[in-house]
Order: sequence, then structure tokens, then C-alpha cells
Amino acid sequence: MSSVQRKAAFAGQEMIAFRVGEQEFCVDILAVREIRGWTPTTAIPHAPHYVLGVINLRGTVLPVVDLSSRLGFPASVPTPRHVIVVVIAEGQTIGLLVDAVSDILSISTDMMKSAPEIAQDQTKTFITGVVAVDSRMIARIAPERMLPERLRAVS
Amino acid sequence: MSALDEIRIVFFQECEEQLQELETGLTAMAGGETDADTVNAVFRAVHSIKGGAGAFALKQLVGFAHVFETTLDEVRQGRLDPGAEVMDVMLRSADVLNDLVAAGRDGGEVEAERTAPLLAELERLAGKGPGGHGGEDEDAEPFSFDDLDFTPVAFDLGDLGDLDGGGDGPKFRVSFRPRPELYAKANEATVLLRELGTLGPVSTTCNADALPLLDALDPEGAYLAWTIEISGEVTEAQIREIFEFAEWDCDLTIEALGLADLSEIAVPDAGADTGISVADLLARIQGELTGAPAAEGPAEPAPAPAAKAEAKPAAEAAEKPAAGGEKKEEAAPVIRVELPRVDKLIDLVGELVTTQAILSQRLEESGAAATGSDLMNSVEELQRLTRDLQDSVMAVRAQPVKSVFQRMPRIVREVASATGKKVGFQTRGENTEVDKTVVERLAEPLTHMIRNAIDHGLESPEKRLAAGKPEEGTVTLSAAHRSGRIVIEIADDGAGINRSKVREIATNKGLIPADAVLTDEETDQLIMLPGFSTATTVSNISGRGVGMDVVKQSIEALGGRLVITSRPGFGSTFTMNLPLTLAVLDGMVVRVEDDTLVVPLASIVVTFRPQPEDLQMIGAGQAVKVRGSTLPLIDVGLKLGYRDAPADPLTGVAILVEGDNNRRVALLVDDIRGQRQVVIKSLEKNYRPVPGIAAATISGEGRVALIIDVDAMMSDQSFDQFILGNEPIAAE
Repeated sequence: MSSVQRKAAFAGQEMIAFRVGEQEFCVDILAVREIRGWTPTTAIPHAPHYVLGVINLRGTVLPVVDLSSRLGFPASVPTPRHVIVVVIAEGQTIGLLVDAVSDILSISTDMMKSAPEIAQDQTKTFITGVVAVDSRMIARIAPERMLPERLRAVS
Repeated sequence: MSALDEIRIVFFQECEEQLQELETGLTAMAGGETDADTVNAVFRAVHSIKGGAGAFALKQLVGFAHVFETTLDEVRQGRLDPGAEVMDVMLRSADVLNDLVAAGRDGGEVEAERTAPLLAELERLAGKGPGGHGGEDEDAEPFSFDDLDFTPVAFDLGDLGDLDGGGDGPKFRVSFRPRPELYAKANEATVLLRELGTLGPVSTTCNADALPLLDALDPEGAYLAWTIEISGEVTEAQIREIFEFAEWDCDLTIEALGLADLSEIAVPDAGADTGISVADLLARIQGELTGAPAAEGPAEPAPAPAAKAEAKPAAEAAEKPAAGGEKKEEAAPVIRVELPRVDKLIDLVGELVTTQAILSQRLEESGAAATGSDLMNSVEELQRLTRDLQDSVMAVRAQPVKSVFQRMPRIVREVASATGKKVGFQTRGENTEVDKTVVERLAEPLTHMIRNAIDHGLESPEKRLAAGKPEEGTVTLSAAHRSGRIVIEIADDGAGINRSKVREIATNKGLIPADAVLTDEETDQLIMLPGFSTATTVSNISGRGVGMDVVKQSIEALGGRLVITSRPGFGSTFTMNLPLTLAVLDGMVVRVEDDTLVVPLASIVVTFRPQPEDLQMIGAGQAVKVRGSTLPLIDVGLKLGYRDAPADPLTGVAILVEGDNNRRVALLVDDIRGQRQVVIKSLEKNYRPVPGIAAATISGEGRVALIIDVDAMMSDQSFDQFILGNEPIAAE
């Protein structure tokens, strides 16, 4: 009960932060369904380089996106120590491959800054804001932009 | 949700069923099946809708249903001949009734312009009966002919006009014999009799002849019958309305008595007080039996035979529905189950099948169970049971395509009248069963294709006649099971696809290069390209911004394929090939490089190891000779991008597959691992459609395996180019 009250009093959000290479990113904790270890994927033909393939998540076919590659960093070489963050975005369930989960952040609205002007357009598409925690700058990513767009007509 | 809301939902569900019954019945009637069972079924459908709608105060619906029902009753009583013109009105009324039900459900209204003309037509048709405007010629004729036999001149049209318009009005004799069911359904004869009393002065007599001795009396039986004579301004329709919810549970005849039945007119005074004791009634029966015929006979015998002749079919009709009702009870009992519950069950069984497969595989790998051992036998038994269970659960979802086919005649009528074309519509194989999801998602593409077939396919009556064809065009909708899939065809006997025009449009719109070399078959398929529309003027039928490309997409989303064949001058056929279920598939598990793929068993003809002497190069592609014909050999690994260089055909296994249009190719894979039933998992749900891949499944190892789309593998298109070509659109 007290936790409920605390939550009600707390006007901000909780985020899950994770590491990709040298950088930290976060997503809204409400979008995260689970966090699981890496399992080998089944490659999808003609998928963009950042889509590693699909895995079986208790009967659901889950596409796994290499976040590093998606954000324009070097492609990850998945190891059993990598982690898949399973998120729900716009009705789709997808897995984001990250190096490790680093933190759970409780942030208030004033800690959230709009995304800085970054030269790289591609990155800007995926970053919806930046959180300043202590001395760290953590970019908040938009999980719904991680998958490639659906092709309109496939014939 | 309140109880009333729930009842409301059930009511509209039932309305759907009743509307289907109605459509089936009317279609049968239009086809000449005008037997009592069919007519009664139609009548009951409208009647039930009206009854339920009344409870929810859906005034517009009740009003329309009432008039519709009245006209149907005329047919039922044999007074209105269900000829082509009548059936046309009926069918169009059914369409409006459909709209009214939908409007009632969604809380809207149907414009009066739609209902009013039909109401007028229905009333005009119904007017032929005695309940309506009796002054009409057709109504009067039988009366005057009968009159001729007796009193050649005395009785004429003028008299009849007076009969209806006059203050005394017609008189009716109502014979009412309740059956036990009437009381069982909480109807009450007293209430009905009292209701009759409100219409006008009545004279009621009770017939207790059937009353047994006390020891033989069933307390829940029905032994009494009544004869009620009504005078005053009463119509038969009013009387029938009172009995409307009791009609099938009693023997009811309503006889119209002649105006000149003067001796009876005196009676009302005596019968006006309805609180007559049984003893009084019995006494009156005696009087009635002896006195009445004598009084009636000489006064005006003429109308009686005519009235009796009419009353007879009424009595028959009253008996028939009861028989029909009994028949219905013989059918297997049915329960309503919410679909999500069934789906949950199917999901669970799907998981069970997967888990069972994993278990079998692990056991085999562990070597704990030798073939033939007790453990292995148990596992095999489990496998068999799981499969049976799955089949049974899937059967719950299977539905005949009838439910969607039945909606089509209406579309045909609408489009035919909007375009001024004459269309004969035929359906075949409507009892073919397919998964409910497939059935539901068929409605939209079918509607669109039927619109197209009439609007673009069929020629105008003049053009047809000029081409030496019958004036009426034919559109045929058929369904059949074929090698584990359902094939649905929409064929028209119109002009066929105008290929030069199609080509011209495709070139103008930049869909194909001007110098493209296309076969006739390829040209026909152009109409399914996005952004293609052959209508030079946008008609309000097909030109709704929804093109064949959308139809094609919705069919592909179901795992189906759409192929167009056309013969100039002879018409076009649109063939849809769809999976029976979206849940399971028998597949051959194959290996390509390090990946496991599944080839649908239904499309496999034979597998073989290519021999050096059978191989040859045709252009840049490889071909293999099999069973006497040379077919393209498609390297699956290369086509799907699993490898960059072609594999050596001699080290792999070739699978001869057959796709749509009986087209055959050989698919080259690295190895075959076996056969099994796989649970189909959508790749699109969390990802997007992948060219060359139909769906995904979970393999025996618990990993995702992809299911090959055989027809896409046959297409000459390179998937790489396709993807790259679309990337600008795909990118943000």
C-alpha cells in the first residue's frame, strides 16, 4: 500500500537503463515485459543488418534487434552474457539485444530533456529524450522505431 | 454489462442467424422452391426479428418487419403468388431488413428513402389479401365468380366496396383450439379471448367436446376450443396480431363471413359481455351447432365456400410450422461459446503439440527410449492423442463458407441495379468448411471481387446481345477443398480482361516500362498492382479507392494467393487459394546451411537426389530433368540469401513442388530431416511479412523454424531487388 502511495506521489517515470558499448540508454519500464539471456536466433532472409533474427519466446516468434547496430554503432557479437530486453511497442513484441542491464532509474519530469541536436539523423529518430542522472547522460530510446517499417506490398 | 445489454447482444446474434435463414429461404423461393416449409422458415425469420426488436423498442425495425411479415403471410396463406416480381421485392426487403438490424445494433437509422418505397411495394402486394384494401380487383374477383354460381346478379363489386368501407365492417369467425404447448409457453387463452373482445363486439362459444373424464384429464393438457365471432371494424390482420405469439401453438382459422350474414349481426349484443360462464357457453354451442348453419345457409351462402377455401391453407400453414419445429429439435444441440475461449484452447493445444514434439526429440536424442520400448510406445500414443486433440479443437473453429457466400447475392443485386446489368448469380460448394477466421476475412475481398466482376467484367445487356451472348451475365462463386487448402473461384462470363488497355494504363502509370515484354498471363496480373484501376471514370461501385492490390494483400495476409485467368470474350476467373486453417500445417523439415526450414507437405510432389545427367543450364539458371520434364531448379539457400554462391546440386536433395496453376519447380535444399505437423506462428505479428517465407513455427529443438512460401519461391522476381526497390518507401 505504501508503495502505491509512493508511486502516486511520484510524478515521474521509472526507466530501465542498459549498456550498449560505451553508452547508456533507457526505456520506460512499463514497456518492458521481461529481460532474458541471449539464445541463438533463427536468421530471417533479407532482413536488415540490425535484425539478428527470431527466437522462440514461449511460443511467440520474437524478432531480436541488435541495438548497437540499429543505432549506428558497430554490430554486436552476441555471447551468452548478452541480454535481450523484451519490450512491447505499438502492439508488437520485440527483443533488444544489449550488453547488460545497468540500472533502474526513477526520474521526475524535469530530469528529462529533449533530445539534443545530433548530427546523425538516424540516431535522432530513435532517441526521444535524454536523462541526466548524476554525471551520466542516458538517452531514452523509442522501442517502436526499432523494427524496419512494414513493407507495403509484398508480391 | 447489464442483463439487458447481454440479452441485446444475444438478440443481435440471433438476428444474424435469422437473416441468414431469410436469405437462404428467399433464394430458394426465388429458385422455385415455394413449399410450405421454405415459406414458413422465411416467415418465422422475419417474425422472430420483429418480436425481438419490439422488446428493444426498435420502432423502425419493428415497423418494417411488420409490413414485410404481413406480405410474407399473404404468400404463406397462398393468396400471393411468389413470382419473380414478388420475389424481387422480397429480396430487396431482406436487404433493407439487414440494414435496419445493423442500424438497430449500432444505434443508427436507415434513411426513409430506402425503406419507404419498399414499404409501399410490400403493402401493395399485401393489399391483395382480405386484411388490406379489399376494394382491389384481384380481391373481388373470386368472390364475384363464386357468387355467380348462386345469385348471378345480386352481388357485385359495389357491395364489396361497401363491405370494407362501411361502418358495420366485415365479420370474422375465429376458431381457436389451443394446444398444450400454448399453455406451456405461458400464453393464456383467457387473455387472448379478452384481447379479441377489445377489437369489437364478440360472440364467444366454447367447445368442450374434447374434455375427457376427470381420471383421464391431464392437468397440463389443452382440451377446450373456442369459436369467436367478431363484428365491427375489424381486419383479419388485427385478429392475427393478437394470436401472433400463439399462432404456432394452436389451431387457428379465421373465416371471413359475408356482409349479408345478417342473422349473426344481432348476436353481438348478447356476446358483448365476455364474462359468460362455461355453462352458458356450452348451451350456446348447442344452439350454434343446430341453429347457425340453417340461419347462414339461405341468407347468403355464397361467400362461405370462398372463405372456407381460404381458411384451409391457413389451417395447413398453422400445422406445418409445428412439424418444422420438431425437425429442428432433432438437430444436434448447440451451445454458444465465446471465440476467445476457443482460441485460448487452440493456443494451448498448439503449445502442447510443440512441447510433445520437443519431448519426443529429446527422448530420441538421449537414447533412453529404444524404438519399440514401452517408453517409446507411450510417447507415440501421446503423440497420436495430441494430434487427435488438435484436430478436434480445430474442427470447433471450422465453418462452412456459406455464411459469407450468403451475403453475396445482396451485393450482386445492388451492383446489378446500379449498373443496369442483368446478372445471374450462382454459388457452389457453400458447405465447404474452413477456419472461422478465414471465413470472416473472406467477406471483404469477395465483396470487392464480385463488384468488380459485375462492374468491370460483365458487359451491358446490349453489348452482350451484340456479341451473341445471353442478355443475362453469369457470375459464379464456388468453393472446394483441394490438396489441403480451400480454393475459391469467382468466375464471370463477361468480356475478359482488355489486355491492351491494361498494358496501356500500366505503362502510363509507370508501373511497367513501355518496352516490357509480358505474356498474356502476366498482363492479366498487372491489375493487381498497387495504384492500378481500369475504370476510366470512377464509378461508385468499384472506384472506391480500393484496388485489386488491396484485395490481393488481404488474401496474402491469410496465407493465400490470388491468380487471375482470363479469356477475351469468354470472361475472367479470379482464383483464391487459401489455407484451411491458420493454425497447423503438415510440413517437411529440411536443412539449408545451418537453418531449419519447413516446406508445406501439400505442395510437395516428390523428392529426389539430382543426378549429373539430369542437370543442365538454361540461361543463367539451373534446370533439372525429372519425370520426363525439365524444370527450373531453385537453390533455396541462394534465393533466400543464406549463401552467396550456388550450392552443388549433386550434394543436395531436390524437392519437386507444385504451386498455383499447377506450376512445378524443383527446390534444392541441403538435406531432409523428416516430416511433422507444425503449429503455424505469425511472423508478421511482431515483425513483418518476409518474401519467400509464409510463416514461422517452433521446431523440435524449441527454436524458430521458417516455413517456405512455395509459390513465392517460384516467382522469377529476385527478392533482393524487391527489398532494395522498396527500401526508400520503407525507410522513415
